[in-house]
Amino acid sequence: MKKLSKSEHLKIFSYMLKIRRFEERSAQLYGMGHIGGFCHLYIGQEAVVVGVLMTIHKNDSVVTTYRDHGHMIARGLDPKKIMAELTGRADGYSAGKGGSMHMFSKENNFYGGHGIVGAQVPIGTGIAFTHKYNGDKNICRTYIGDGAMNNGQVFEAFNLAALWELPVLYIIENNKYGMGTSVDRAAAGSDLYKRGEAFGIKGEIVDGMNVYSVIKAADKAGEYVRSGKGPYILEVQTYRYRGHSMSDPAKYRTKDELEEYKNSDPIEIVRAEILKKKFATESELEKISKEIIEEVKAAADFALQSKFPSSEELYTDVYI
Amino acid sequence: MPALSPTMTEGNLTKWLVQEGQVVKAGDVIAEIETDKATMEVEAVDEGTVEKLLYKEGDNNIPVNKPIALISEEQVNHSDTSENKKNTTLKKVNQKTTEPSITIKKDEKEEVNLSKDQITMRQAIRDTIAEEMRKDKKVFILGEEVAEYQGAYKVTQGLLEEFGKKRVIDTPISEQGFTGLAVGAAFKGLTPIVEFMTFNFSMQAIDQIINSAAKTLYMSGGQINCPIVFRGPNGAAAQVAAQHSQDFSSWYSHVPGLKVVAPSTPLNAKGLLREAIRDPNPVIFLENEILYGLKGEVSADDNFTIPFGKANVAKEGKDTTIVTYSIMLHKSLEAAKILKNEFDLNVEVIDLQSLRPIDKETILKSVKKTNRLVTVEESWPFASVGSEVVNIVQQQAFDYLDSPIIKVNSADVPMPYSSELEKLYLPQVEDIVKAVKEVNYI
Repeated sequence: MKKLSKSEHLKIFSYMLKIRRFEERSAQLYGMGHIGGFCHLYIGQEAVVVGVLMTIHKNDSVVTTYRDHGHMIARGLDPKKIMAELTGRADGYSAGKGGSMHMFSKENNFYGGHGIVGAQVPIGTGIAFTHKYNGDKNICRTYIGDGAMNNGQVFEAFNLAALWELPVLYIIENNKYGMGTSVDRAAAGSDLYKRGEAFGIKGEIVDGMNVYSVIKAADKAGEYVRSGKGPYILEVQTYRYRGHSMSDPAKYRTKDELEEYKNSDPIEIVRAEILKKKFATESELEKISKEIIEEVKAAADFALQSKFPSSEELYTDVYI
Repeated sequence: MPALSPTMTEGNLTKWLVQEGQVVKAGDVIAEIETDKATMEVEAVDEGTVEKLLYKEGDNNIPVNKPIALISEEQVNHSDTSENKKNTTLKKVNQKTTEPSITIKKDEKEEVNLSKDQITMRQAIRDTIAEEMRKDKKVFILGEEVAEYQGAYKVTQGLLEEFGKKRVIDTPISEQGFTGLAVGAAFKGLTPIVEFMTFNFSMQAIDQIINSAAKTLYMSGGQINCPIVFRGPNGAAAQVAAQHSQDFSSWYSHVPGLKVVAPSTPLNAKGLLREAIRDPNPVIFLENEILYGLKGEVSADDNFTIPFGKANVAKEGKDTTIVTYSIMLHKSLEAAKILKNEFDLNVEVIDLQSLRPIDKETILKSVKKTNRLVTVEESWPFASVGSEVVNIVQQQAFDYLDSPIIKVNSADVPMPYSSELEKLYLPQVEDIVKAVKEVNYI
């Protein structure tokens, strides 16, 4: 893998910070009643999706879970339209019919946003099947939460992917808790990356708090998959700072545990690296930071000014 | 002729492996029989000498239970030679009679150029899949035993040979996995045909069908459609009991985002399946195992389609409307004959063909003419497709009804195994006759 350039470092920093600021703003809008239903924040996990983003090809596909806001931003989608969707507006990516958990962008090869734990895994495997069927050399990155790793269809998908050598990279975002149940209370044998072994799928564990580790592993794994060798599993160890969803007080873990992760905050690691390499000064990073705050604020303003879907929209998009 | 599958009513003798005069032991393979599902070896059940082969190789359509050979007991150690003739017939089996061929009035017939030959429902489905696969490389089929085995019910016979393993794909017994995979492939632009060996197994995959296939177009604000066909036999076969006999027509018809069709003849099987494969939405295509051997004319046009939401008036009449679909069309037509001959009642029989969307117009038009309605279907009675028909009629033709509507359904119990109980469970011609008499106060 080639060395990351100055601009790539700044891109990583910007994307990670944008996700965090976006999610903080989402929490605020939720508190104000502008966002409803379930809302799962990505704060703390930014290095995972941004690290993978750095290795993605334009026509590769992505499919993920309901914790998807950060994934949308990392795929280069417009924060305005994401926030409009979260607030249930007509300008949202799903015209206000999907909400936080169900967002898609076909033109950006982003296939959701799935609300059923584990369901996206066979779907992502099927998207990979299509890449192979079409012979287009693209791959599908399929994200999986640690909670889904105990769901039967995940293993059915692993079996099919290995059997048919499909170009799918499974990325387990292990944030330690499936809702309130810790991995060691849910998984017999908690090395999730080994769960493809029975199918001959190689896997490895990655430090998901460090974006540079993620990039290195995702690059290697992505090229392995792209070369036609079949699926690969990355278990990315990460941590969500917030509860499972907005209504979760996260009493199942200690404040000390949370503080410990915050002390090795993924964005701070990038900031330190940029300063160390003298790719930017403190004040230049501060300027980027301010621009991101403005961009996110503009997204929120756009969303709140956007119209709610018209009543006719209730009956559209059921069939084409 | 031994019964070698639950629905087999006749078999073809493809090969003799013994000759007259040959001594055979119990367990020796004596012949190869082609059933409605596969070619099987038949073993002798008794020791003895093959006295006579009653059919020759290549004889077709030999009814189940008909002797195919005589085996006389060996003289050795047997003093009683008076009753020494036995045949290889195995146990008596439940026999469902399917009409060998049908001639049903077709609305479509007026515009349809019909083929000269009659073909089976099985072949009609197979041919349509093949025709569409030839036209569109995005179409492929996957499921259990669809490729090398040639289909558990021989529906996919010859497809592997013609299209290769890239497009005719055997899956492991992994319904949720391969259904989800096919849904993902459809999201990405392919047109999968998912064969469920039977729809009973679709319950393993129902989350992917409903939560993923049916809802994603809506959830994505119209961005991501799911052009996919889920097909396979639905409902009762013969004596396969509770877990393998369920009718899913109302389950799937309940779901916005799905289209649901149930063919009753080779003609509408072709028209509806082609429409299903070409439809950009997910379609549930409910076949019926008992009907696979049913022969009939089909359209000679390999672009012939039947639009969804269009029922077929299979028989015109003025006295009572029967609304039905799938296999119950045939029982309803039989009942109509009896009602005409014995009670001079002229029944109109509507074959829904498409359950969602449903053809309200044809139903209402008929009820407004006959003023009496009986619904006939194989599914359980509670919240069935018939229940929806009743609702449509009470709401939009209430004043036209001269008697309460009667629904004829299966018994509201799990399907029993015993053939006698199974007969009681399923709607029979007599039940339909009785219901029509009742709405006519006879």
